[in-house]
Amino acid sequence: MSRFILRRLFYMFVTMVLATLLVFVLSRIVGDPRLLYVQEGGYGLSEEAWEAMGIKLHLDKPVVFQYGYWLGDALTGDLGESMLDRKPVMEIMLEALPATLQLAFFGWIFATVVGIPLGVLSAVKRGSIWDYLGRGVALLGQTLPVFWVGIMGILIFAVQLGWLPTGTKPDEFSFKHFIMPAVTLGWFSAAGYLRLTRSAMLDVMDSEYIKLARAKGVNATLVLWKHAFRNAIIAPLTFSSLVLAGFITGAIVTETVFSWPGVGRLAFTSVDDNDFPLMVGLMLMFTFMFLTVNLITDVLYAYVDPRIRYG
Amino acid sequence: MAEVTTTLDRPRLRVPSRQQVGYVLRRWPVGPIVILTTLVIVGLFAPLFAPYSPLQIDLPARNTPPFWVAAETEIRTVAQRVDKLSAEDHDKISLRDARKIDGNEDVAVGDVIEIVIRPAGSFAHIAGTDQTGRDILSRVIFGARVSLMVTAVSLTSGLVIGVAMGLIAGYADQIFPKYGKHLDEAIMRLVEITFAVPTILVALVIVIVFGKSFFILLMLLAFVAWNAFPRNVRAEVLTLKTSDYVALAKISGASSFRILFVHIFPGVINTVLVIATLRVGQLILIEAILSFLGAGVQPPKPAWGAMVADGREYLNDAWWIAFFPGIGIFLVVMSLNFLGDWMRDRFDPRLRQLD
Repeated sequence: MSRFILRRLFYMFVTMVLATLLVFVLSRIVGDPRLLYVQEGGYGLSEEAWEAMGIKLHLDKPVVFQYGYWLGDALTGDLGESMLDRKPVMEIMLEALPATLQLAFFGWIFATVVGIPLGVLSAVKRGSIWDYLGRGVALLGQTLPVFWVGIMGILIFAVQLGWLPTGTKPDEFSFKHFIMPAVTLGWFSAAGYLRLTRSAMLDVMDSEYIKLARAKGVNATLVLWKHAFRNAIIAPLTFSSLVLAGFITGAIVTETVFSWPGVGRLAFTSVDDNDFPLMVGLMLMFTFMFLTVNLITDVLYAYVDPRIRYG
Repeated sequence: MAEVTTTLDRPRLRVPSRQQVGYVLRRWPVGPIVILTTLVIVGLFAPLFAPYSPLQIDLPARNTPPFWVAAETEIRTVAQRVDKLSAEDHDKISLRDARKIDGNEDVAVGDVIEIVIRPAGSFAHIAGTDQTGRDILSRVIFGARVSLMVTAVSLTSGLVIGVAMGLIAGYADQIFPKYGKHLDEAIMRLVEITFAVPTILVALVIVIVFGKSFFILLMLLAFVAWNAFPRNVRAEVLTLKTSDYVALAKISGASSFRILFVHIFPGVINTVLVIATLRVGQLILIEAILSFLGAGVQPPKPAWGAMVADGREYLNDAWWIAFFPGIGIFLVVMSLNFLGDWMRDRFDPRLRQLD
């Protein structure tokens, strides 16, 4: 088990190094990396500031050293300053993070509450109206573009019916403001959970021990929830990398649609402003979060399923 | 001798029975095929199908609704003078403005009239117009070309790279007996790592560095596309290379490359086609997301994602700007998913786990 964890940790490390290397190479590929750190046309930049920036980026040293310095800075949390308001990138991201985490939490709850029960129903009552409903939701989750779902939600529930606010997050907590963004964000993941639960449930319901339990005369509800569901739920709960990947893309899009003051929206504004330092910070942060959660789920999965550990 | 006439060999046109129609509908994904064929034809010959130029601005006709939407009217009382900024006067209209409307020359102060806030939709613009009066239908039709380009350029180049990587990884120990195993390992690790990096964010960083252009977008999507292939292609090669006909080819002196491309490659085509179909849908979605975020196709060129982003600003007045391009994305992606699932069940049921 510890060998497995070590191996996963090593991959995580390699991936992270490659991600930083990618960013570094990209910043040098354009020639002078300072060009990426100034507004177009070098507006408002003095000769001295330009030189100072060169020293700060260690441009006088060999490229390998430049990477070393840059990596060292990044590891200690110094990702430079954003181009627009000259604030440290780390500070901007940490300020926006809570809003995104709250949204992700509600989105995840929505995905779980909708996806797992519908998946179970759809598997147990195979071929019934529930099954068609479940498969319909799964299909729509896979094929409807997230941003379009959000915008149509605004159109129907905010503009036409006036039930919910059009977006953004007020300073004090307001559940109403969370409903549409959370549903939009959780939409894709709900479909993912649903498909995983459904196929896992179908697999388990087909197994010998369920047949045996039935043959013994165990109560049908008990067979369903104690024997089948408990074993089927492992896969969807631990297999969350799919859900998480959906959340990262989803957060950027959802926060853009609803003007949500989180890190996802920062990604949108930094593309708009060509803010290279901020975008790099966001990419590294999301990659790190993605890898960490992946690691945790992998370990959890290996813990419950010995076939993975020794495979 | 009298001539024998026979009707047996004469081809007869028969109306297919209901059972036969049902059989075809169940056996073939008719809906998706129709939608995708339409997309290809309409996209390729967009200038023939689009009623207007996608860039033609017509300000007087801006925000015209689709043809079935009725005119929006309001009841106003005619007053001598109206303060347009005052809330009290919102249901009044000034005498001068009222007289400007056709057929209202003899209107007087105190009359109650109905004025048209927004004209009804008409067949001139079937799907309405956007905020600058450009025809939505024409823009959706031209926007289909983006999806076609993504498929033609990004998917194809991604497919070539990905399949080549898979073939080499699976057959490396035969080509390079010494380092083959390590090469295989390296390729598969690389694939694994690309799965662990959030695609959209890397794409956004690259867009900032190289600038926002369609060409960059296509290259980016090619890099997104390739990693779907190596794993399954490699697995396929591993089974195929132990088969007898490959052994026979080797005995008769065929080179490794000949075996790989002439004997093994045809065996993986089914798998590749299935993955490619399922992958295009994802690529089109990613393109739409990038265009929506302003990192893809640049205005005024029409792209579905960017059109939805445009329409977001005008939801109050003109829902159709955002609605129709979204329907376009949805129909195409859904058709590709259905077609991919169908092909998988038909050609390569082993891929079911791909789900």
